[in-house]
Amino acid sequence: MNDLSGRIVIVGAGHAGGSAAAFLRQFGWTGPITLIGEEPIAPYQRPPLSKAWLKGEADADSLALRPASFYSDNNIGLRLSTVVSGVDMAARAVTLDSGEKVGFDHLILAVGAHARKLSIPGADLDGVLELRTAADAEKLKSALGPGKRLAVIGGGYVGLESAASARALRAEAVVVEREPRILARVACELLSTFFKDYHQAKGVAFELNAGVEAFEGEAGRVTGVRLADGRTLACDAALVGVGAIANEALARQAGCACDQGVVVDENALTDVADIYAIGDCTRRPLPLYALTGRLESVPNALEQARQAAAHLCGKPTPVAETPWFWSDQYDIKLQIAGMPFHAVRQVVRGDPALARFAVFHLDAENRVQAVEAINAAPEFMAGRQLVGNRKPVAPDKLSDISVSMKEVAV
Amino acid sequence: MAKIIYIEHSGASHEVDAKTGLSVMEAAVKNNIPGIDADCGGACACATCHVYVDSAWLDKTGKPAAMEESMLDFAEGVEPNSRLACQIKITDELDGMIVRLPESQH
Repeated sequence: MNDLSGRIVIVGAGHAGGSAAAFLRQFGWTGPITLIGEEPIAPYQRPPLSKAWLKGEADADSLALRPASFYSDNNIGLRLSTVVSGVDMAARAVTLDSGEKVGFDHLILAVGAHARKLSIPGADLDGVLELRTAADAEKLKSALGPGKRLAVIGGGYVGLESAASARALRAEAVVVEREPRILARVACELLSTFFKDYHQAKGVAFELNAGVEAFEGEAGRVTGVRLADGRTLACDAALVGVGAIANEALARQAGCACDQGVVVDENALTDVADIYAIGDCTRRPLPLYALTGRLESVPNALEQARQAAAHLCGKPTPVAETPWFWSDQYDIKLQIAGMPFHAVRQVVRGDPALARFAVFHLDAENRVQAVEAINAAPEFMAGRQLVGNRKPVAPDKLSDISVSMKEVAV
Repeated sequence: MAKIIYIEHSGASHEVDAKTGLSVMEAAVKNNIPGIDADCGGACACATCHVYVDSAWLDKTGKPAAMEESMLDFAEGVEPNSRLACQIKITDELDGMIVRLPESQH
């Protein structure tokens, strides 16, 4: 039997940290739990920040994962607006920037990632924004409205969702992407083309193969984005969404191995005893693919929160989940399951022109490695199961929409 | 407010006084009911808030929309009274409703 009475400190009160505290209580942890977060608000959902919240369809209350009373009712010490500046392994305590030390028997690092910054002239102008937190989203929202011009640097999910929300608020939007296509690192070419066409039909402009040289400004505020070819795109605000970097400083100080992310095992344990890491900050095993990687997603935050809580409470390691992601843009629901690491061919099911299709990525044995589904829930749900159970499929059945997804396995 | 009763697969029962307007999933997450994971936060994208609605309440919850129906079609252990809790809005009419949770959401 594990001793469930020790002191647990969770650094980071995001989706991962907040969920770890909740799972620990669900699984029977009786000892003190302290949840420390830098932001002034209790754990909340980040995905709506670029979607429903930005469009004004969700309020702060609906973003909150749990009501404030949850933390006191469950004897979880929630310390907000509190920065952890270090880990003192000799004293087995975290040090707050006030100098106070908070002792622990077990430490969970749920410290997230920070937005990659562009080191170009003008990057510190007012109106050059990023989107990680509710405070960031507040700034972005106040910059949008009818006739306002938003320049989005980076054609990834954060940028595209924000562009879609900007259009819903009747603002102008232009997406500037360094690569020849949007979503280059995270989706297949067919999806890139589909989303670009869809956004263009909604009035979003694109600059592809476009480097950004500088932000131009007047009186300290951004007025434009200067491209490598010399043109300047006028804007009232610029959102930089060019990826995120894992926060590793505390883990490194505690002696944990880091490799573009805090390295953890299938129980979310680092290589230092009694220290766990969960969520966006980790490099984790991807057992379906015999690889390790970073997964920046809510399902990953929840899965690792569950792993750490289960391990601490002496429960069996949860069965590995199939990684999955989603994105909402306009009336398009994108759902992705799996990752196409070992894929050698693609099979398309459905018709992109009807905005309802799925792209299946198969390995050499016709096993589904990943599925990207556009408004195609059956393809996503069945595809997610096929990724997990590794059953080979018949490609000719898969591409034939008259064959049910329940009958595509060989 | 409406009372919602969640019964875990193990038989453990939880009574929650939920604000009307919330979804059955949100009321569960806010009260830390084990067995409702809600990975997607209510976007009808994941089917990890699968519940079985007690037959006495099926008429009052209405029917699932097409998107929910196709998500459920592929969920584990689906029954005629299966719903995604994120798609059931709590109304005064649902006061006292019982929902049962599946063995696993994954």
